[in-house]
Amino acid sequence: MSQKVLLTSKEVNIILHRLACQLIENHLDFSNSVLIGIQPRGISLAERLKTILETDYNIQNIPLGFLDITFFRDDFRRGEKQLDANITQIDFLIEDKKVIFIDDVLFTGRSIRSALSAIQSFGRPTEIELLVLIDRRFSRHLPIQPDYRGRQVDAIEDEKVKVCWKDKDGEDAVYLI
Amino acid sequence: MELSVSHLLGIKYLKKEDIDLIFETADHFKEVINRPIKKVPSLRDITIANIFFENSTRTKLSFELAQKRLSADVISFSTAQSSVKKGETLIDTVNNILSMKVDMVVMRHSNPGAAYFLSQNVKACIINAGDGAHEHPTQALLDSYSIKEKLGEVGGKKVVIVGDILHSRVALSNIYALKMQGAEIKVCGPKTLIPKYIESLGVTVEPNLRNALEWCDVANILRVQNERMDVNYFPSTREYTQRYGVDKALLDSLSKEIVIMHPGPINRGVEITSDVADSKQSVILHQVENGVAIRMAIIYLLASKLQQ
Repeated sequence: MSQKVLLTSKEVNIILHRLACQLIENHLDFSNSVLIGIQPRGISLAERLKTILETDYNIQNIPLGFLDITFFRDDFRRGEKQLDANITQIDFLIEDKKVIFIDDVLFTGRSIRSALSAIQSFGRPTEIELLVLIDRRFSRHLPIQPDYRGRQVDAIEDEKVKVCWKDKDGEDAVYLI
Repeated sequence: MELSVSHLLGIKYLKKEDIDLIFETADHFKEVINRPIKKVPSLRDITIANIFFENSTRTKLSFELAQKRLSADVISFSTAQSSVKKGETLIDTVNNILSMKVDMVVMRHSNPGAAYFLSQNVKACIINAGDGAHEHPTQALLDSYSIKEKLGEVGGKKVVIVGDILHSRVALSNIYALKMQGAEIKVCGPKTLIPKYIESLGVTVEPNLRNALEWCDVANILRVQNERMDVNYFPSTREYTQRYGVDKALLDSLSKEIVIMHPGPINRGVEITSDVADSKQSVILHQVENGVAIRMAIIYLLASKLQQ
């Protein structure tokens, strides 16, 4: 199976810093904003961004939560795929806050649609924004677009975008498989 | 990962992996029922009929709540107000309900094997909410889940089931479930209420309550099932309470703090006193909360096997 490198470790790092700066531009000190990582693969990105914001830009106490969307998916009982849920942990209120969804790859947009339904169980945010590392352009099934994007990629339907993180997979890199 | 069964008729038909999957799924639903909006939309295209031929408060409410939290449509039917009184057979009753396009049936019936019989004769997913003195699988699952929550795991733990074992579906289902998870089990009660060959299930009999409680980590206390007794199994309720009732003095005199469980409804002052039922060692109300999460997990996992 051929594997093409989309982003090297250095490029991932630069993009993460640029995304962090873009977040600061819009959310300043995050006193009214929260980060929500989408399970399962948005978690690593969300944690990395929070660390960068804390250590490199000195913004402390940013609320970070994890949202699992398994029970809000639109393909329950429709496919062969077995659904394995992960934890949801949102230990703060999102009422009247700005929520930033964080996921690694934006593909059809269905996960984000599920996340928009799921987050309503926790309250009513003032606004919701979407941050993704990879935006698979032209692959959308729904009218959903990111507010912050790392890199836009054109990939055909069968190809898979694989995001690796240093703490889990040993390196920061993005591959097209 | 999915369940190895398409109905929940009894613990006897489950594998250990099924129990692990149910517990893992129940963890997620326990978080859901603590959210501001305690609902998920997964089962909004499913209709479930709850058919209770025997009285129930706890189980019926628990199932209804679990189904509603999953956004399923729920219809409930109890025999007091039904055509069964006019002589309609079980299969006819259920088929009439099924022709209204019901996907799943949760049934409690006084005949052992009724749920199995239904699963062989009607086209729907069947969940056994108690069939006579045979099995009550959802109760056993929530009991084990509660033990796991309190003590970390079920394997290796010592569990004693106290009371009317002979007529208890909770006892049998618990024995199957606990054995599958590697717990050690003793049963304790009047000799007349312990089935003759119970040891063939891999449990031991302990006739003395104090010894049983001293031995165990967890005591599951059962109610005397008067409604299933055709003869007198003991001289008087008072004598039962003196020999097999659990009170605070007995509990405090043990060398360690044990966990107290009871499937409900409690006869305060008979098998258990109020100060024991309300003590901090009792997980009785946790069992009720866990019951909703466990039933949500079971219904969700069985529904995911239904064809679209």
